[in-house]
Amino acid sequence: MNNLNKTKSAKSTLIVILSLFAFWGLLLLVENLNLFIPNVPKLFTPTSKLFMVLRKVIVYCLIAVSLNLLNGFTGLFSLGHAGFMLLGAYTFAILTTPISLKVPEDGIFYKYGGSVVNFSLQESFGAIFGTTGAGGTISLILGVLFALVIAGCIAALFAYLIGLPVLRLKSDYLAIATLGFAEIIRTIFQCEVIKLPGGGELVLGKLTNGANMIKGFPTLNSFNVVNSAGQTTLYLSTVVPAIIVSVCIVIIVLLINSTYGRSFKAIRDDEIAAEAMGINLAKHKILSFCISAFFAGVGGALYAMFATTYQAKPFTSVLTYEILLIVVIGGIGSVSGSCIGSFLYIACSEWWLRFLDEPQVVAGYQVPLLKDGFRMVVFSIVIMIVVLFFRKGIMGTKELPDLFKFKKPKLKGKVSDNAE
Amino acid sequence: MQSLITTLLTGISVGGQYALIAIGYTMVYGILRLINFAHGDVFMVSGMLLIFLSASLPMTVVIPIIIIATVILGFLIERAAYLPLREAPRMSVMISAIGVSYLLQNVITYLTGGQPMTYPTIPFLAQTVSVLGTKQTVATLITLPMVIVLVLLLTTLINHTKIGMAMRAVSKDFETSRLMGIKINNVISVTFVIGSLLAAIGSVLYFSNYPKIVAVSGALPGLKAFVAAVFGGIGSIPGAVIGAFIIGICENLIKATSYSVFSDAFTFAVLVVVLIFRPTGIFGEKTVDKV
Amino acid sequence: MKKLLAIVLALILVSAAFTGCTPAEPGTGSADGNVIRIGVFEPLTGDSASGGKKELLGVQYANAETPTVTLNGVEYKVEVVYSDNGSTTDKAPSAAATLVDKDVSIVLGSYGSGVSMAASDTFNQAGLAAMGITCTNPNVTKGNEHYFRICFLDPFQGSVLANFAKDKCSAKKAYLLGELGNEYDQGLLTFFEQTFTEAGGTVVKADFPTNTADFTQYLNTAKAEGCDVIFTPVSIAYATQIVSQAARLEIGLPILGSDTLDDNKVLEAAKGTDTELYVSTFYQEGGSPEFDEGIKNYINTNADAKTANGGDDTISAVTAMGYDAYYVALEAIKAAGSPDKAAVKAALPAVKYTGVSGEIAFDEIGDAIRDTAYIKTVNTADGTWKLETVQKAE
Repeated sequence: MNNLNKTKSAKSTLIVILSLFAFWGLLLLVENLNLFIPNVPKLFTPTSKLFMVLRKVIVYCLIAVSLNLLNGFTGLFSLGHAGFMLLGAYTFAILTTPISLKVPEDGIFYKYGGSVVNFSLQESFGAIFGTTGAGGTISLILGVLFALVIAGCIAALFAYLIGLPVLRLKSDYLAIATLGFAEIIRTIFQCEVIKLPGGGELVLGKLTNGANMIKGFPTLNSFNVVNSAGQTTLYLSTVVPAIIVSVCIVIIVLLINSTYGRSFKAIRDDEIAAEAMGINLAKHKILSFCISAFFAGVGGALYAMFATTYQAKPFTSVLTYEILLIVVIGGIGSVSGSCIGSFLYIACSEWWLRFLDEPQVVAGYQVPLLKDGFRMVVFSIVIMIVVLFFRKGIMGTKELPDLFKFKKPKLKGKVSDNAE
Repeated sequence: MQSLITTLLTGISVGGQYALIAIGYTMVYGILRLINFAHGDVFMVSGMLLIFLSASLPMTVVIPIIIIATVILGFLIERAAYLPLREAPRMSVMISAIGVSYLLQNVITYLTGGQPMTYPTIPFLAQTVSVLGTKQTVATLITLPMVIVLVLLLTTLINHTKIGMAMRAVSKDFETSRLMGIKINNVISVTFVIGSLLAAIGSVLYFSNYPKIVAVSGALPGLKAFVAAVFGGIGSIPGAVIGAFIIGICENLIKATSYSVFSDAFTFAVLVVVLIFRPTGIFGEKTVDKV
Repeated sequence: MKKLLAIVLALILVSAAFTGCTPAEPGTGSADGNVIRIGVFEPLTGDSASGGKKELLGVQYANAETPTVTLNGVEYKVEVVYSDNGSTTDKAPSAAATLVDKDVSIVLGSYGSGVSMAASDTFNQAGLAAMGITCTNPNVTKGNEHYFRICFLDPFQGSVLANFAKDKCSAKKAYLLGELGNEYDQGLLTFFEQTFTEAGGTVVKADFPTNTADFTQYLNTAKAEGCDVIFTPVSIAYATQIVSQAARLEIGLPILGSDTLDDNKVLEAAKGTDTELYVSTFYQEGGSPEFDEGIKNYINTNADAKTANGGDDTISAVTAMGYDAYYVALEAIKAAGSPDKAAVKAALPAVKYTGVSGEIAFDEIGDAIRDTAYIKTVNTADGTWKLETVQKAE
């Protein structure tokens, strides 16, 4: 029996790995179509909307799954995700912005006379591996990876500090306390100078660049392979984040299926019963909180890479609500649901419905109501419909593989029906 | 001295306006256990409606109309977005509230084209009066007495009428009160009606003082009022009112110092500290875990 | 029921996706059927919507005035396509990609430097040249070869206003009020502070959190600290609030603003009060009577344009700048001799054009060579702008 289970799980692991590789391969192929086929449809050129949306979706997948780990699997209702993303993104941006931009005079920190962090990870690695050719690639990849991990760790560290006091709170009180912390974090990162009570000044701008944007750090486009003439020979800007995010999500899934994950679910279902079964509530709650924050931090850093510039302003509670919406639309407690939710949410709001913003003439008839802002009205109506009619979200608590298992017999039934 | 008077008066009036919104949050929470994220936007829509209507109607007619319209809006939101989800998980209802909030904001953005709208001058409320050498509007001064009167009326309603008794029963135990023959949906509708009514009155006072409205104008007062409600112990009406006044005054005191940047952050910091020592707010009931 | 709904919803979305794509589908070249597209990247919702719409209005008017361009004897129809960046940096890249998908030859915009910087890389990847109309932050054009702009920069604007505060208001102490975390406000405040303190003045600085509506405390502090002038280069929604509250509280200090305050909503707030309000801007009504008359006529005969302009026909400087930007883009296309985006990009740096807002030429960074700012003040009796002075760089 045990043996059978093992072979079964080995088989499903293999399937997961294969499908992941297939997915990456497909992305790689589609993004590079224009290199083999001239005059490829507009949709498949690497600068098209499709890839812009895909990249954002990929980043959002990780963020949504990390929130789902907390809200869906551990039952801790937190609204502080924007704060952790912000921490991750700032850490990443500060650590990887090239030195040339951190100099006192002409760089992006010109308001504060340069940055206090006067190194960048990929350039430090460059000193070891070289800055051109393969060495340059290695140092870029190492620099980015290290920065991503550090970004996650900083977010997790803050989550630990915040979690110690607030995780004792219950449901909505926890939500509003975490929301409060996110707002406090944002304010601190936006602030340029804090006057200390003793009369001194703490110039935060030297670290965070205050209200100004941080830019010039490696972005998703930095992964593209460029030849000496400056032409891109291989587009990797969608595949690389996809690989990073898939690895992170796989780790989260493994965690959910481990004993820790089972404890998390027990806490979600009934705290008191879980405690009675010997689960250390405080330890597991803070563990879940920190892990969620870690991946939110990584997600935030990837988000900065996607956005190419970084600023604290959009990281308000509105962003947290957005991610919460994605999680709930996808299904609370479903990892694949969060991914599907991310895709539908972003594709809908930023791509498919965009034509609603412009006046359209269909068959000589001027469609009424269409003007800027109408897209968002329609989008919010779509959200309301989904929320009202799909109470458990698109996937409920099911995962994508469950769906296939469920569907197969049904499909057979249908086929035989048709045969009759 | 003068600036201190202004600070306190502004704090009290803003606090009072937050209180009027916070009551809506806290009553709905008390009965449905729902954070009604759309409440701040109802407040904003109420202000916008007054702008749209005042273009063609005299002020004496407009104010009653918008109060009624806001009440209807609150009622409709409950019927359309929350009633169908009565049996659904709590998270779904809350998401529905966020959805309504999005919808209201986006509709207003669409209608106004994103331009800041000017709130018309309401002759009586916008008058300035000299108080101890400072200039204050009537709206600032009238808020405190108005809140006191409204809260007294509300408490009477809750403690001494049949519907009030039903509301108390429902907030204590949803299922049992249903078994006792209380028409739950009516009670909930009344709660939303009262909440929207107070929000409408609050919006007239608030926007008279701060006369520009954009689609997100409800977000910050809404959030502050919600914090006030949590601060006082969500579900408790006196708690919400006192919490709102404390937050209004604290916020203005901070703004008067050189740490004005942290006025919002400070509000949250106070909240977190209070929650750490009293996990259910100042007047919140102790929750007892049942297996 | 649920399944039916799911199917209907899915169908609507899919069909929406296709209709949404169709205008962009045909053709893979830069232009087809003798159409040249000029992309306009503007905030049409969110907190900068008011300014973005007015800028777009200028471009649309210019397009209505000159809807065609002749290249090598072939007449091309010029089409203005726009995309809403929602005033936020997180929606900017995908809004920019919308324009890229529509095969535009050049991009104009955006109002607001933050969104311009956020979209910059998307345009660069697509090989497009972008031309900022009124984004004044130095970082927009710095360190890249594809972003240009036709307006002056914040360091210039900040110092002009600081000098004005010193000379005209004989201010010794200034109260600087900006939105926390907004790069535009904070940038200008810094440059103002530099010039102002170098000239021997002192400043008191305060930031307010996003979505603040109550400015009573800030304004009272300004008065209590004994400041002579309030400098507040904030976005329109805050500016209207500050101006009307300052009037109500009878603060009595002159208020100084930047180009964002040059808006009829601010005018409306100051009308009928005794506010002393000065703003620096790119264009003053009367600068080109011909343009003034044309655009007023356009606004008054087009209901949508009137709504976009905030309900009256006061000309904003950003509209004039949008108008000029369109013609600069046409010049670049003419110089390139083709609608190809790479050719336009190559031709743009050398373009010289004299527009209604003055002469436009680019320096090696891609910034406009400009040394003039108009400072206007509000005539509170009838709610119009009047020119106070024209400031040149020193």
